[in-house]
Amino acid sequence: MNFAPVLLFFAAAFALVLISLILNRLLAPRNPYPLKLTTYECGEEPVGSPWIRFNARFYVIALIFVVFDVEVLFLFPWAVNLKTLGMFAWIEMAVFILILSVGLAYVWAKGDLEWIKPKPDNYLPTQESK
Amino acid sequence: MLETAIILAKIWGVLLTLVTLAAIMTWVERKQSAVMQDRLGANRADVFGLRIIGLFQPMADGIKMFFKEDFVPPKGDKFLHTLAPIVAFFPAVVIFAVVPFGDVLRIGTLEIPLQVARLNIGYLFILAFGGLTIYGTVLAGWSSNNKYSLLGGLRAAAQMISYEVCVGLSLVGLIMVFGTLQLDLMVKQQGELIFGFLPAWGIFYQPLGFLLFFPAVIAETKRVPFDLPEGESEIIGYYTEYSGLRFGLFYFAEFIEIIVMSALFSTLFFGGYQVPYLYADGFVFPWGGSWNLPHLVVVLLQLGSFFIKIAFFCWLQVLIRWTLPRFRYDQLMRLCWTGILPLAVLNILITGGILLLIKG
Repeated sequence: MNFAPVLLFFAAAFALVLISLILNRLLAPRNPYPLKLTTYECGEEPVGSPWIRFNARFYVIALIFVVFDVEVLFLFPWAVNLKTLGMFAWIEMAVFILILSVGLAYVWAKGDLEWIKPKPDNYLPTQESK
Repeated sequence: MLETAIILAKIWGVLLTLVTLAAIMTWVERKQSAVMQDRLGANRADVFGLRIIGLFQPMADGIKMFFKEDFVPPKGDKFLHTLAPIVAFFPAVVIFAVVPFGDVLRIGTLEIPLQVARLNIGYLFILAFGGLTIYGTVLAGWSSNNKYSLLGGLRAAAQMISYEVCVGLSLVGLIMVFGTLQLDLMVKQQGELIFGFLPAWGIFYQPLGFLLFFPAVIAETKRVPFDLPEGESEIIGYYTEYSGLRFGLFYFAEFIEIIVMSALFSTLFFGGYQVPYLYADGFVFPWGGSWNLPHLVVVLLQLGSFFIKIAFFCWLQVLIRWTLPRFRYDQLMRLCWTGILPLAVLNILITGGILLLIKG
């Protein structure tokens, strides 16, 4: 397997980006002043650090992603060789997919795939939200 | 020595073609929207009063990008802020290294495969580098020192990793049919015929696979109707704090992605460079009769067919862009995890079963 052309292609693509960035640096004016450099938040003064905590749902999605990406990883070599491996390999993989599907069904039933979470059963509406 | 020169020439040609096509795509996007909305559209840029339907616009845009001030938010992470557009741009270009744009060109005894690199891991290479673009968006959001950018970057990341699973799974069926990951071998197999008359294109083996792959790829490239991370007019996205050429790289990467993905659609599902009934020495029609052609004409016809297919899918993507409204974020996630994903898994099992039954 000859990876040399790929490496050359990488170098060429990288050079393309680098040259254009350097050209921009040489050609563009530079005139920063405090007002220009403030964070753009639609004209509001930014409050607090921008590196805030974010919604945990992103984390759940990332976890499900890892599981299914590993599944994809297992599926590719199996898919390439399926015709030579035969029925036994198909059944094996069907079992594997079934186990993962149970996981997906669990996450689905738990409501983690719904972006707008259903309210918990013991949810008490406060005075304002009524 | 000669070999290196040929490889360099191919790399140069591919990069030049990609950048030129991407520049033209920026014009196509605007002009097509203008035509669809009954406007005049991009027609302001002129050279000595000459306008040629606005084709100078991409040139003017490119030159403008180079002369724009490029600032880094002072509290942001300067290194990552510079790295992000590079990481977004680089993989989009690199993917094209494994896409075959023609068969073998013979000059005398010299055989030149019209593909930058013949890798046997072809499609895995594409998945790997396609996955890298996510880092570009996340780093851009994180390093900008802006809450909106951070949230935009995170939403983009959640969308892209979700659809990456779908992109991977929806193609497993096709790989089972072809039994290889190498793109030029896939295209070679698509030059054959099913039932003696139908070209053996991937779409005829895997219609469901294509229907799942197409929206997943559009979501992966963050185009309408999946453009929540960067909806131009309404949403503040991950590149709010970018200007000058660093913004230009993000912008350009999107158009290069459109072209590369169009190339992928045609390579995987529509026969790549293959013309129906065209073989190495000319046309052989299934209803009898043949038409011999010289080698060079065959190669040029194949190159032409590849470019026409790319142009068609570019047109289709822009058409979708200006036709459909945007999804809501929860609809987007639901479509991926509860729509495309289960169907893709089902497609894999059914395709495998049928393949084994046919084989006996």
